[in-house]
Amino acid sequence: MKAFEYAAPRRESELAGLFSGRPGATAVLAGGTDLVGLMKKMIVAPDRVVNIKEIASLYGISADSAGVTVGAVTRLDEMLDSADLDAFPAVKQAIRGINSMQLQSQGTIGGELCQRPRCWYFRNGCGLPTELGRMVERGDNRYHAIFGNRGPAKYVSASRIAPALVALGASVRIVGPASGEAVEGPPKNGAPVAQDGNALGEAIMPLADFFVTPRAPHQGETVLDPDQIVTHIHIPRDEQIASATYEVRQSEGPEYPLAAAAAALRIEAGVVTEARIVLGQVAPVPWVSEAAAAAIVGQAVTPESARAAGEAAVARATPLSQNRYKVQLARVSVERAILQAAGLETGGF
Amino acid sequence: MAEYSWPRRGTTSLIDTEQTRIDGVAKASGAAKYSCDINPKGTLVARAMGCPHAHCKIKSIDISLAKDVPGVVLVSPAKAIGDEIQWQGDIIAYVAAETEGAAAEGVAAITVEYEMLDVFVDDQHLAAAEAADRTGKPLSNVQLVNEPGDDEDEEAFEEAEIQRLLEASDVVVEGNYGINVITHMCMEPHGSTCEWNGDQLTAHLSTQNVSGTAGQFADPLGITASDVTVHCDFIGGGFGSKFAADSWGVACAELARQTGRPVRLMLDRDIELKTAGNRPSGFIKVKIGADKNGVVQVWDSQQWGTSGASGGGVSQGVVPYVFDPENRRRTATSIATNAGPQRAWRAPNHPQAAAITHTAYDDVAAALGIDSYDVFLRNLDSVSNDKADVYRAQMERAAELMQWKSKWHAHGKGEKKGSVVTGLGMGIHTWGGGGHNSTCRITIHPDGGVETALGSQDLGTGTRTVIGIVVAETFGLPLDAVNVKIGSSSYPASGPSGGSTTVAGVSESNRRAAQDALAQLNELVAAKLGVGAADLVAKEGRIQASGDASKSLSWKEACALLGMTPLEVNGEFRRGEPSSLSSSQVAGVQMAEVAVDLDTGIVKPLKFVAVQDMGLIINRKTAASQIYGAVIMGIAYSIFEERIMDLQTGAFLNAELADYRLPRLGDIGEIVVDLWEPDSEYERGVVGLGEPPVISPGAAISNAVANATGVRVPVLPLTPQRVLDALGSA
Ligand SMILES: Cc1cc2nc3c(=O)[nH]c(=O)nc-3n(C[C@H](O)[C@H](O)[C@H](O)COP(=O)(O)OP(=O)(O)OC[C@H]3O[C@@H](n4cnc5c(N)ncnc54)[C@H](O)[C@@H]3O)c2cc1C
Repeated sequence: MKAFEYAAPRRESELAGLFSGRPGATAVLAGGTDLVGLMKKMIVAPDRVVNIKEIASLYGISADSAGVTVGAVTRLDEMLDSADLDAFPAVKQAIRGINSMQLQSQGTIGGELCQRPRCWYFRNGCGLPTELGRMVERGDNRYHAIFGNRGPAKYVSASRIAPALVALGASVRIVGPASGEAVEGPPKNGAPVAQDGNALGEAIMPLADFFVTPRAPHQGETVLDPDQIVTHIHIPRDEQIASATYEVRQSEGPEYPLAAAAAALRIEAGVVTEARIVLGQVAPVPWVSEAAAAAIVGQAVTPESARAAGEAAVARATPLSQNRYKVQLARVSVERAILQAAGLETGGF
Repeated sequence: MAEYSWPRRGTTSLIDTEQTRIDGVAKASGAAKYSCDINPKGTLVARAMGCPHAHCKIKSIDISLAKDVPGVVLVSPAKAIGDEIQWQGDIIAYVAAETEGAAAEGVAAITVEYEMLDVFVDDQHLAAAEAADRTGKPLSNVQLVNEPGDDEDEEAFEEAEIQRLLEASDVVVEGNYGINVITHMCMEPHGSTCEWNGDQLTAHLSTQNVSGTAGQFADPLGITASDVTVHCDFIGGGFGSKFAADSWGVACAELARQTGRPVRLMLDRDIELKTAGNRPSGFIKVKIGADKNGVVQVWDSQQWGTSGASGGGVSQGVVPYVFDPENRRRTATSIATNAGPQRAWRAPNHPQAAAITHTAYDDVAAALGIDSYDVFLRNLDSVSNDKADVYRAQMERAAELMQWKSKWHAHGKGEKKGSVVTGLGMGIHTWGGGGHNSTCRITIHPDGGVETALGSQDLGTGTRTVIGIVVAETFGLPLDAVNVKIGSSSYPASGPSGGSTTVAGVSESNRRAAQDALAQLNELVAAKLGVGAADLVAKEGRIQASGDASKSLSWKEACALLGMTPLEVNGEFRRGEPSSLSSSQVAGVQMAEVAVDLDTGIVKPLKFVAVQDMGLIINRKTAASQIYGAVIMGIAYSIFEERIMDLQTGAFLNAELADYRLPRLGDIGEIVVDLWEPDSEYERGVVGLGEPPVISPGAAISNAVANATGVRVPVLPLTPQRVLDALGSA
């Protein structure tokens, strides 16, 4: 690990000036379960580490009629324990699936969403994404992307909770140096908006737009600029939405699933009237499948309709040289997430 | 000389019972100190720098920047200009520093220029290895009932004879099987803490070989073994990879000498996995001819694999495994890869051989549509040891515990629930064991204190407890009355813990010394009590006349007869020496029941039965623990773990725990352990069992998956990818 400066702000406002806009110069420390390992391997070697866990406003879970807001440094086990999140089984199932008390009681939701790719070429020191893309393409890509993998980024988005949150229509609040004027609606690339002459600004955007597929060096896996952080996640409340996360996990360990899917369904009079199906571990971003949603909308959830939605989800998959099997697993994930959301047996383990 | 013997069965108070480990609390509470817990004042932390490339030559090494890193005390290259590196992670240099962070920064500041050389790491494809000129000369071994005529060409005859036998068979099964390289993945990585006192070295080494490593330190350091003391009270796993001082152990001692400070050098996990040993791979193409009952008539196989840069692979000597049909031909080709060198891994060669050959035997059953159990049973006449009857009895027992007969269905013909099918599979194994060389010194103090000292080690197997049981039983004392001193090379020499030889070795030396010591003590007691020494028995803390309980002394009173000087008695055993206390050779039968989700390819062990003989059992509790551990390790290599190499660069891609898949408790299923110990086993003395129960899981689980799905998944581990590929649904 390289020697670094350490900052531990207590208030959001103290973040101003702590971050450098230069990529890699500063790192956000939340639970540290991912960052510290990367720093030890010197894959990340910041000059300054900013611990955001002491910022009280970033911590905790609050609920109102519109939905539930989770602070970015809230720990995963606290989310599991929160009755406010019972309305979102997909989220709790994803957290439970992490299967590691240590990660659940140290990892934070912000860190979970922002964790770096697990790709072994990346973790063995190949930069993102160009060189990496070539290595993955010709190399061992058994755990890599089967969607959205035409560009240099062929790793899979690591977050396990993101598919559920995206399916549930969650949004993120981002804070960083103020720039530009206030605009209507969510800003395009997450540029925080100045507030009352503060040095910091905020932006709120759908989580679905938060993740991006980098095309060039120094583009991250999210819209975040090096001087921005996630402060809150908001999940809108909708009593009629049934949700589930299904992950294909080989073991009970904290290994990442081989494929996963989250389903959020509005079921009225036995028929699905609205659906969001989001696949995990199959693309550089949580992969929203419009095709799967279209296949299940207008249908009653049955083993057959769920299977058809699974097939629709993978119809346009583009597996790499070694990961064709993931297409099958992605199909099954979608099928089982839908069945599980509707409270039906999945037929497998 | 005295006749050494074990107490009659049924008369023991400790031997053959369940005893809790005497060091269990120390381990569970953290009081137990491992090599990296040894932290003398002023200890420096050293780190190794691994080569990032799998095959290259060193053009230059520049350590000047590393030396300037604050906190770095010494930088020491381990390679010279022009040295060729054969695998990623081979150690290039060491840095000793005040802190772990400074050492890491020091490593990062070393600049090395490399000349890149061609990389080859593909051990699965023989043709690719041949094309890359990485294969050794194929070695053949043929055994045929018929012999060539005087003027016949031997090879041509063999080929014709094999073909004739195959054609004469009722069924011919052809298959490909394989098992990938795995690592030892010891919980505690390799390493040591070394400190000097003048020119005397103390090495706190994580080792399976306390008595044998002092000389390995001494020679390269230019001192003699008498100047070195190796200590290892506790070790976090070795599995065959920790017999040597190793270059990094010697480097640690050298850094300590040069800096004049104690130095701790534990390998990082990735270097550990890349450099400190692995288990060779084995791939095989088999043609097997059998009669209509499944009795194998002819075996013909071609195998290949790698043990690293020097070639290697699974020994063909154990192919086919346990079964040795009268007619067989086997050929083995070694493949040299740019990968770290192999080391002994729990039962070297046997687990791989079982996994790549008992699967072929099971495919005979599948082809004939008969019960796999019957095929194994009917082939027992051809086993290569003299254990056919033991296997028969053990199979019967295992089948009963598994409820094999009532659960059995033909391959692929079971009931499907949702997408889940279940199946049964089995395997059998063999292992030598027998005691290693062992000497010990038992001391009886005049105040009644008892200690035994020997340069053995407890790998977590329960050796310390076994020694205590043997001595306490002999003296008729409770287990906690014996102070067991192991883990130092300053004690009488005892063998390395490998080959399942430790329990037999240390029980031999300790039983002998204890029986001799008791005989001497009994002389004094006999004189005092006025009875014959031969009439005395030691039990329940007293020495008493066997016919007359009124004539007795407490242990303490008896020891007081020693006067001022403790009684010291040495015990010695030489491997191979005939003895009534120990013997060798075990059998063993294992059965697995698994469930497979046909949609995801996930394999779940439901139940695993292990029936195991091991001669006389000293401690039933730790013996059972060994088998549980072995089965879990077997499930790991059958379903989860493998070394994954990047074919382009030779990088070991999953060389860290986050990526190296291992099962968790919930992935294990139910394990039923049966300690198979009829009187005949008790009578033949101690054998040892560290290795045998880890041999059959690959075969048993692969066969169970084949039985469940009706499809052979050829290569282990049976990951969802491989299962789906075999099912054709990927
Ligand atoms: C052995 C192992 C296994 C793992 N297995 C899993 C798994 O199965 N599933 C899984 O989901 N995760 C897994 N993880 C990854 C990860 O540790 C967890 O997901 C965890 O929740 C990350 O949270 P953290 O707070 O510890 O993140 P940190 O390590 O503190 O941060 C992670 C990354 O996000 C950035 N970051 C953190 N918070 C913010 C924020 N608010 N705004 C902007 N950037 C931020 C950091 O700079 C860093 O780059 C595993 C990790 C390890 C070491």
